[in-house]
Amino acid sequence: MEHIRTPKVEHVRMIDRRTPRKSTVGTLYLSSTHTIFVENSDARKETWVLHSLVNNVERLPTNPSGSPLIIRCKNFHVYKLLIPLERDCLDVVASLTRLSHPERYGELFCFSFNPNLDRELREKAWCFIDLKADFNRMGIPSNLWHITAANHEYRLCETYPSELYVPKSASPAVIVGSAKFRSRGRLPVLSYFHRDTSASICRSSQPLSGFSARSSEDEQMLQAIMRSNPVSDFMYVVDTRPKLNAMANRAAGKGYENEDHYTNIKLQFIGIENIHVMRNSQQKLIDVGELPSPSMSDFLWGLENSSWLKHIKAVLDAGVFIAKAVAEDGVSVLVHCSDGWDRTAQACSVASVLLDPYYRTIKGLMVLIEKDWVSFGHKFSHRYAHLDGDPKEVSPVMDQFLECVWQLMQQFPCAFEFNERFLIQLHTQIYSCQFGNFIGNCQKEHRDLKLQERTHSLWPHLWENRAEYINPLYKAELSQTQGVLKALTTAYCFKFWKSMYGHAEKNVSSQQSPAECLNTVREESQQLEEELSSHQEVPRETDAGQGIHMHA
Amino acid sequence: MELSTEHIKTANVEDVILRRPFHPALRGTLCVTSHHLLFSDRKNDASWQLLLLRNIDAIEKRAVGSSGTITIKCKDLLILQLEIPGMEECLNIASSIEALSALESVIEMYPFFYRPSHLSLHGPWGLSSTEQYYNQTKQLWNKWRVTRVNSDYSVCPSYPSLVIVPRDVDDEKLVQSARFRQGGRFPVLSYCHHRNGMVIMRSSQPLTGANRKRCAGDELLLQAVIDGSELGYIIDLRSAQQAQQTRVTGGGFEGKVLQESLIKLVEACGDLSHNVERWLSKLENSKWLSHVHSALSTAGLLAECVERDGHSVLLHGSEGTDNTLVVSSLAQLILDPVCRSLSGFLCLLERDWIHAGHPFQQRCAHSAFSHARLKQECPTFLLLLDCVWQMCRQFPLAMEFSEALLLRLAQEVYASNFGTFLCNSEQERWTEVARDMEEVQEEVWGIVKKHREKAKPEQTKNTSNTHCETLTPFVNLVDELTIL
Repeated sequence: MEHIRTPKVEHVRMIDRRTPRKSTVGTLYLSSTHTIFVENSDARKETWVLHSLVNNVERLPTNPSGSPLIIRCKNFHVYKLLIPLERDCLDVVASLTRLSHPERYGELFCFSFNPNLDRELREKAWCFIDLKADFNRMGIPSNLWHITAANHEYRLCETYPSELYVPKSASPAVIVGSAKFRSRGRLPVLSYFHRDTSASICRSSQPLSGFSARSSEDEQMLQAIMRSNPVSDFMYVVDTRPKLNAMANRAAGKGYENEDHYTNIKLQFIGIENIHVMRNSQQKLIDVGELPSPSMSDFLWGLENSSWLKHIKAVLDAGVFIAKAVAEDGVSVLVHCSDGWDRTAQACSVASVLLDPYYRTIKGLMVLIEKDWVSFGHKFSHRYAHLDGDPKEVSPVMDQFLECVWQLMQQFPCAFEFNERFLIQLHTQIYSCQFGNFIGNCQKEHRDLKLQERTHSLWPHLWENRAEYINPLYKAELSQTQGVLKALTTAYCFKFWKSMYGHAEKNVSSQQSPAECLNTVREESQQLEEELSSHQEVPRETDAGQGIHMHA
Repeated sequence: MELSTEHIKTANVEDVILRRPFHPALRGTLCVTSHHLLFSDRKNDASWQLLLLRNIDAIEKRAVGSSGTITIKCKDLLILQLEIPGMEECLNIASSIEALSALESVIEMYPFFYRPSHLSLHGPWGLSSTEQYYNQTKQLWNKWRVTRVNSDYSVCPSYPSLVIVPRDVDDEKLVQSARFRQGGRFPVLSYCHHRNGMVIMRSSQPLTGANRKRCAGDELLLQAVIDGSELGYIIDLRSAQQAQQTRVTGGGFEGKVLQESLIKLVEACGDLSHNVERWLSKLENSKWLSHVHSALSTAGLLAECVERDGHSVLLHGSEGTDNTLVVSSLAQLILDPVCRSLSGFLCLLERDWIHAGHPFQQRCAHSAFSHARLKQECPTFLLLLDCVWQMCRQFPLAMEFSEALLLRLAQEVYASNFGTFLCNSEQERWTEVARDMEEVQEEVWGIVKKHREKAKPEQTKNTSNTHCETLTPFVNLVDELTIL
């Protein structure tokens, strides 16, 4: 509480961004976790904004009616307030700026968030997602793949999970040697196994090849991966970076696989830009969403100028390439970028969504995020600025993955069990630090922070509320038969994600939702059917007596 | 019965390869008739109609060795390819297509030959009429009347014989007003708002000329509309510059901009380079969505004037046959739940477009591919359909009809089995091609209504539809566009 100078300000005006005429007057409260605005009206409507969701606070020059304050959130909500006294406004800005930039993990909301669960339930909740079960579902371990204990206690690679799935034929020496030849020890390991074709998706970081270095263990590792797919005589190495970036890395002793040294590999560059490019691109997109009433040209020009959809397409292209290789050609793929925790996670998980109907279910998407992102050391706390830190580490990597899923939902409206709200909720939770799932940057940090003892898990919470996230158009049978999604990537298939970025329209309630309508219809017809069957039971008893009429 | 056979030198060609998007290539027999391209792939003996020749907007011929390829670009934006063995056959087919797809005479067109067994020519024509609308709208009875001043189409050639005008204004004043308006399109009633009795009138631009002429009849007519209330609005769809220019030059056709916009849009959609930035740049450059945007926002403004401010509005552009109709129709969709039902929407189109004299034949003579020198072509109706589609996207539960109906209509206006969209005005329909017409045409509405189930989205809930008050469309971000 030491950061809060003024806990309560009265006569604050909340300005409606669409129609400034409709602004409301109320009281602003600052708590240790939230900013709360309570309207003075009879309804006493409350607006709660979590401090950890605040991206920045901006004070505009004081004018005769007061000091305007703009709160911009990481989920792209924007609140505009007018505070009568400049002194109060300065206090609020100072408090909020500090509160929204915690310096230590201990200050994060998840360590104080206490949803009234007993210890046993909380511990059980952390076991809700079981990655071993997911590999079992894929048929792993098998006679060709097994778990290695090489990364026990994170000895081999600090940012990897302790349990790694590798080809059985890879000896411990090969595993260790390969890890030594990869950036930050992130050696090639299994991410997804496609049962229908026996082709696999493996992931790693870039090799430390420089201009000429090679490692026979790493070469053997790739051989082992290729041979673990008996029907194919080559494998793809997908470098998700633009080729120029990959080449530039050679000067630093890193780079990409030399096709002459590795037998039977085909190298493919995809050209997803780096985190800095993505950060700038998203900022431009947010600016487009914030335009108060843009002309069509302003809007389209802004969208084009942001390049955002181009980047989304690049990520989707990577997924499509991998999915096609695995499902249609039956060829295994090793995916990497530089460190193998951003673009690699995007490419692998998009490919998995395309390949496997399970990841298009509510539970399946949770598993996928837990596997490809959390366990494989995607740097959540750095990328989503959980702590006050290096702004150059921040980048909307996960935003892009969620948007790729959303773009696919537009093309395949019946293929996903969840709706858009689920994705938006995930997005908010990744930034909000309310639950422990996304705190820290890798599994080891999770363990060191004792997250399972000190925080709660998001997944069971979402699961309990799954009724909110169900897509009524979902057809489970359809996705069983049409397992692999063949996504179109023609330019005009990519759309502006209005519910995420177009918040000028967020507060509009008169929008009708076909999904909700369908849900109601579904419930109604279920009720009617129940009634019908209960009515049908009655005449059966009197059938005998009425049998005569039926002959007539 | 079939006419214009002198244009067909080669009627049949064997071993033609047909390529269509989303279909595997087919090999079979191609046949040209007066109105159709037929194709048979031998597997099942029956040949089927590939398309109406009227639907063809442009063709391209290319020689490959001894055979030729014809690329057919349709007005409904479909593109298909025929590989024809034999150069001579190819050229014959191509010249037949060129001649037969561009028949100028209305009575040679297919609706005059279309005789499906399940339809009778003696049923009632159309769904609605001016009189019917008047009789249904009680609020009009007091202060409005149906006039026959245009019964011989001499006052306004593009108006129907019956129009609704203020009761207090006699026919003589109407004639005066007509002389003061381009094409004689004096202000007439288009819509009466059920909630407050306010009306939307439409007309063409006044011919004030450089010396700012006035017209007593016209002024009286407008005064009668406003009647007791303090003021009414006039929404002029022209830019200030356009308005200024017409004062000097005295009016003209302005559809060229929209036609060019469609051409650019279709070109952008045809670019499959997979480059998102180029797509967005071309989309922006086409300005199509800007036209959609401004039509919708003007309609929103018009609806606000009527509903919220409670005033009557006179709406006009320049000729009063294009943008005026788009905006007035959209405003009615926004204001009136009845117009959002399937039959209500069709009635609206009939009243506000066919009866109101949108020159379908001129506007839809060519679409986006034609190399012919454009005259009066303009995709105004397509613009309306796109705007309606955008509204369907924003209010998925508000319309009884679905996208399928809009797509169907987009095809029917350019090439149809039915007579509904033939000609440019009621006068042409009932006098020039006269009795032929009455006897031979079928109309599209009946068919559309028969396919009602298909056209109706599952999600439409009648309850929400009829109780739904005025829609408030948001037009600051229109995020998608129709690709027909």
